[in-house]
Amino acid sequence: MQFFFKTTYDQDLRLIQHRGQLIAYLLLLGALAAAPLLLSSYLQSQFVFVFIYAIVGVALMILTGFTGQGSLGHAAFLAIGAYTTAYLQSKGVPFAGAGLFALDLNLPWLGPGKLWLPHLGYFLWAGLLTGIIGAIVGFPALRLHGIYLLIATISFAFIVEEILARWESVTHGNEGLRVRALQAWGVEIPTNQVSFYYLCLAVLVLVIIGTLNLMRSPTGRAFIAIRDSETAAKSMGIDIAAYKVKSFAISAAITGLAGSLYAHKLSFISPEMFTLLLSIEFVMVIIIGGAIGLHGAVLGAIFIVMVDPLLTWVKDDVPSLAAGIANVLGLGAGRAQALEQSLNSIASAAGLKGAIYGVIIMLFILFEPMGLYGRWLKIKLFFQLFPLYKRASFKRQKTYVKTERNR
Amino acid sequence: MSFFRVDGVSLQFGGLKAVDNVSFAVNEGEIFTIIGPNGAGKTSIFNLISRLYDPSAGHLYFGDRDITALPAHTIAKMGIARTFQNIELFENATLLANLLVGRHCHTRTRLWQELLFLPTVKRAERQHRAKVEEVIDLLELQAYREKIISGLPYGVRKVTELARALCSEPKLILLDEPSSGLNVEETDDMSFWIRDIKNELGITVLMVEHDMTLVNRVSDRVLALNYGRVLASGTPAEVQSHPDVIAAYLGT
Repeated sequence: MQFFFKTTYDQDLRLIQHRGQLIAYLLLLGALAAAPLLLSSYLQSQFVFVFIYAIVGVALMILTGFTGQGSLGHAAFLAIGAYTTAYLQSKGVPFAGAGLFALDLNLPWLGPGKLWLPHLGYFLWAGLLTGIIGAIVGFPALRLHGIYLLIATISFAFIVEEILARWESVTHGNEGLRVRALQAWGVEIPTNQVSFYYLCLAVLVLVIIGTLNLMRSPTGRAFIAIRDSETAAKSMGIDIAAYKVKSFAISAAITGLAGSLYAHKLSFISPEMFTLLLSIEFVMVIIIGGAIGLHGAVLGAIFIVMVDPLLTWVKDDVPSLAAGIANVLGLGAGRAQALEQSLNSIASAAGLKGAIYGVIIMLFILFEPMGLYGRWLKIKLFFQLFPLYKRASFKRQKTYVKTERNR
Repeated sequence: MSFFRVDGVSLQFGGLKAVDNVSFAVNEGEIFTIIGPNGAGKTSIFNLISRLYDPSAGHLYFGDRDITALPAHTIAKMGIARTFQNIELFENATLLANLLVGRHCHTRTRLWQELLFLPTVKRAERQHRAKVEEVIDLLELQAYREKIISGLPYGVRKVTELARALCSEPKLILLDEPSSGLNVEETDDMSFWIRDIKNELGITVLMVEHDMTLVNRVSDRVLALNYGRVLASGTPAEVQSHPDVIAAYLGT
């Protein structure tokens, strides 16, 4: 067992607690930097998806994991970021920059006009606009708890989906929008290039560092206080309304940034890409990863992105494989073929993916409620304590006195 | 002008009057205890003071300020902190984080500064930590700093509640049954700490308590309540010998 002796209080304020951690993270970063040189272009593209999902995972972790507010509307935030990107790019706004630019508007009640906006570049605008909308969504959340909040965020997502499909002058409706290759600082960064991989990695690292900074400051502690006891938080001087809105805004803004990268990655966006299923995938990211820390967001993102090719493989190869095995075991060619056909029809059934996702979520909630990161912590503790690990180490004490809770 | 004054306050839940026209005043630097049988309205008065409930009549004054209509989260900043009878700690955070939340009302840093963790934030965090450590030293919580609350024994949690309230550097502290669920030794410690809070930190204490030995040991004045109404008030001895109080506890 290893002990870290602390000699100053400043040690608790550090981002990285001890040298082992520093070495581990530098090694990880080095491996990720070297990865594109070794990986096939398919795997490199999967990694980019992992980064984007992890950014959304971090965003959702702030809102759900730390502040305790559920959301099934993050696909809508992603969509707002993506459409802001596509629209501003088509108006000639660069990815990043400074200055002023004019937006031609034709508003129904004001007539045509120009709107001058500071020119942050569309990447930051995607985050800013999504953040503002997130704050607006946060207001109804002040009065809603638990499942009712989830329902409200689902309806928000449906409203956004509908607006994207109908507001044709901006979004081109169901035809969708094409997103041109990313150009920044005079360099073209095509989506399939290494430079885009590094851009996504850099955004992820910055988002994680920003979130860690927030969580070791008063705001982060206020979020956790709201999650654990609103009554006590109020009595400690935390303005619940303000912090819930802040949490929504920050979470939405980060998702908006991810949306901008997502739009570039796919190079084509349309309303049916941002459905409830995508929101559920994001929730899965934090449930499977473990809603107890930022590690969970990244591990969950890896799982979700990699489970898709796995499912495709299962769908394509397992029926014939099963038939082959059946044949070898002496079932007869005819019955093996029948088996293959029935397996094929199950594999190609509509909605199978959703069903498998549902089963995965249920299994995790039942058997691994702290997710992959929780499992990692358990394994680590097992070896640290080696022969003394107790199975009850991670069991929460049950508290029976929960009366008189006034929300 | 008294330090803290409750003036004709009532609280009605439908047809039930939980608090009925209660008035009392707390002087600066004293330990004032509210006693009464279960359901007498003691905790309701605390919830009124910390603005979790809105009174249906009456006013609350802290110094010369009327705090009756202030939102709950501004109360801590004014210098009123409280503990809860049924422990309302942040269960899945460390004890240190819990105490740092107690410092929230002294937060001056802005969101964008915190995102970048600028030197101003670091300085502020250091100051918060120094204050928290003072409280940890006072209440002897050193061994539990890094422990998650949900794994701590009941007695320690009870002390943590007190510590969290002290971290906000209050002028008035509301203690809701500080000794409930504690064993004899822990109750002893608690009574010493309550006196230390008054004598060394100069904080005025308003307390709800059932344990009459503790009440007698620490209180300067006592108020007895039954069915939301004031039965008697005065020194502990006066209140205990008051015929209405004896009737309320023992029956007639």
